[in-house]
Amino acid sequence: MNEIALLVAATLASGTPLALAGLGLLLNEKAGVLNLGAEGIMLVAAIAGFAAAFTTGSDTLAFAAGALAGGLLAAAFGGLVIWLNTNQYATGLAVSLFGYGFSAFVGVGYVGKKLAESSPFEVPLLADIPFLGPALFKHHPMVYLTIALALAIVWFLYRSRAGLVLRAIGEAPESAHALGYRVRWVRLAAVVAGGALCGVAGAFLSVVYAPLWVEGLVAGRGWIALALTTFATWRPLRVLLGAYLFGGVTMLQFALQGAGVNVASQLLAMLPYLATIVVLALISRNPAWIRINMPASLGKPFHPG
Amino acid sequence: MTDLSKRRLLHWAGITTLAATAALVGCGKKEEPKPTAAAPAASAAAPKPAPLKVAFVYVGPVGDAGWTFAHDQGRKALEAEYGDRIATTFVEKVPEGADAERVIRDLAAQGNKIIFATSFGFMEPMLKVAAEFPDVKFEHATGYKTAPNMRIYDAKFYEDAYLAGVLAGKMTKSNTLGFVASFPIPEVLRNINAYTLGAQSVNPKVKTRVVWVNTWFDPPKESDAAQSLINGGADVLLQNTDSTAVLQTAEKNGKYAFGWDSDMSAVAPKAHLASCVVDWSPYYKKAVKDVMDGSWKTERTVWGVKEGQNSLAKIADFVPEDAKKKVDEVKDGMKAGSFEVFTGPLLDNTGKERLAKGVQADQSWKDKVDFYVKGVEGKIPSGN
Repeated sequence: MNEIALLVAATLASGTPLALAGLGLLLNEKAGVLNLGAEGIMLVAAIAGFAAAFTTGSDTLAFAAGALAGGLLAAAFGGLVIWLNTNQYATGLAVSLFGYGFSAFVGVGYVGKKLAESSPFEVPLLADIPFLGPALFKHHPMVYLTIALALAIVWFLYRSRAGLVLRAIGEAPESAHALGYRVRWVRLAAVVAGGALCGVAGAFLSVVYAPLWVEGLVAGRGWIALALTTFATWRPLRVLLGAYLFGGVTMLQFALQGAGVNVASQLLAMLPYLATIVVLALISRNPAWIRINMPASLGKPFHPG
Repeated sequence: MTDLSKRRLLHWAGITTLAATAALVGCGKKEEPKPTAAAPAASAAAPKPAPLKVAFVYVGPVGDAGWTFAHDQGRKALEAEYGDRIATTFVEKVPEGADAERVIRDLAAQGNKIIFATSFGFMEPMLKVAAEFPDVKFEHATGYKTAPNMRIYDAKFYEDAYLAGVLAGKMTKSNTLGFVASFPIPEVLRNINAYTLGAQSVNPKVKTRVVWVNTWFDPPKESDAAQSLINGGADVLLQNTDSTAVLQTAEKNGKYAFGWDSDMSAVAPKAHLASCVVDWSPYYKKAVKDVMDGSWKTERTVWGVKEGQNSLAKIADFVPEDAKKKVDEVKDGMKAGSFEVFTGPLLDNTGKERLAKGVQADQSWKDKVDFYVKGVEGKIPSGN
């Protein structure tokens, strides 16, 4: 029983950075911009967050630094693809490579450094409930904020006027332009917001989850987040589900190995990818549904006038 | 400006940005310049002979605080030892594969006289290049293939793992140890087995649980694996992955763990029992000396605690005296050559005898370890 509670707890924690980055990428993809630079943005934000936490000892400032670094790098990406109309795929890949090298470069002095210990967070009263307490109510606040964020994005995209404008720009930028919406600025805002969320995800990895800095810390999670948004057919709650599913199966396969189950670990290592793809593909198997949800202008440049 | 030329300008701006980015990323290669390093042709007139050029090929970044860091410490020790008689170069983050061959060939063509490749996957590329440069000496870490001008060297990490096991056996309360393992190769299996045997030498009730992460380096994943071992009841962890993540996860959970490859005591003062460290400098000094005095010949060198290549460093103050004493005893035995980790009777975890009573394992036995010793739970993952 206790082991299951710990497994649930580990699932929520390991799904959180994927969910944060996935939700951020969903926002800028809904506006029609595909940002393949997520991995690099997360890395730069991870070192920025770690440096901030190391210097100030504050988690909040670390997340702010991560968001700022992620937002800035995303803004540079946005400037290139939205105004200069560079190819989104190539520019995104360049940002990814740049982020890897740059974070390694500025992070050299932080390798092997230790953050000040932060007191473990728990929800008062609820944390004392047997089973549910250790499973659900002893997490870092960012874990709960991520769930709140997913709900907020659902409301924003499907219930607010600004969200409608954002989606319209992702579907038909020419029409939105003709109606007088400022396509480029809205896209830039979405890209910066997406980068900031990727940044928070990166800071979560280096400050709360690992918590340490080494070169290449993010280890492919940016790419997984990118894949999640596609497999989740650009629906926020499915991104959240996919992230927890991926985290959960990862932790489950480690737990099985630790318990001495005789299955090849290479096979188990494949399971998180397989399970996430199968489940998300099943719930999104209707082609019409995918067509409706996929932003029609995704990855295409927009030329006003 | 016409519309066309404006667009072309923007086009070029984009390409320039990309190229600049690529150039920034691509500059992984670093030279440690010796300002006086003269070209070989100029050496006739120079009063001093040109320095011997020594090159290193690393698989990771020198900042990994683990495997590559340890090799680079060895390179620095070489420079300290030989001063301006040598000039060292290194190339870091070289992928194991086609690029490695190009890098090694470049280094040989640049006039390096001895080249160290510090990862298993550099074996085939190095073998190929060695055939093309007969007057350059090639040194490969952890491999098994040699050539007239290529030899191999390795360290006895399992001696460290055994010493760590002795401490783990004394410190565990749940009698369950955990091991975060990278890939099921003999090197790693020796470490898991030695860790378990060391613990059993002081605490026969100990069992070891293993989690394979199928990577050498992925800190969050290593941390996940450590967490699941702790959730399953393990309270002293060892790993042979390259980051400090396992140690830090143990610290967070109030459990114990060890540093691997380099001194990691600073990152987890409460969890850190000791660090299994490797010091490559004794071998690097010997290899360069062999080239200088012309005594270099093809051979295989496997050094351990006895030669000062491996050691268990920075044992924590809170470790009880009797445990420290036991570690010192075993260490002395290793130094004197009287103690061998793999000595019969040795059973695997299915009960089959792998070494008869009194028999000490030889090198070829150690090269082929493909089983868990008694006390390790589960089955080794296999490809089929």
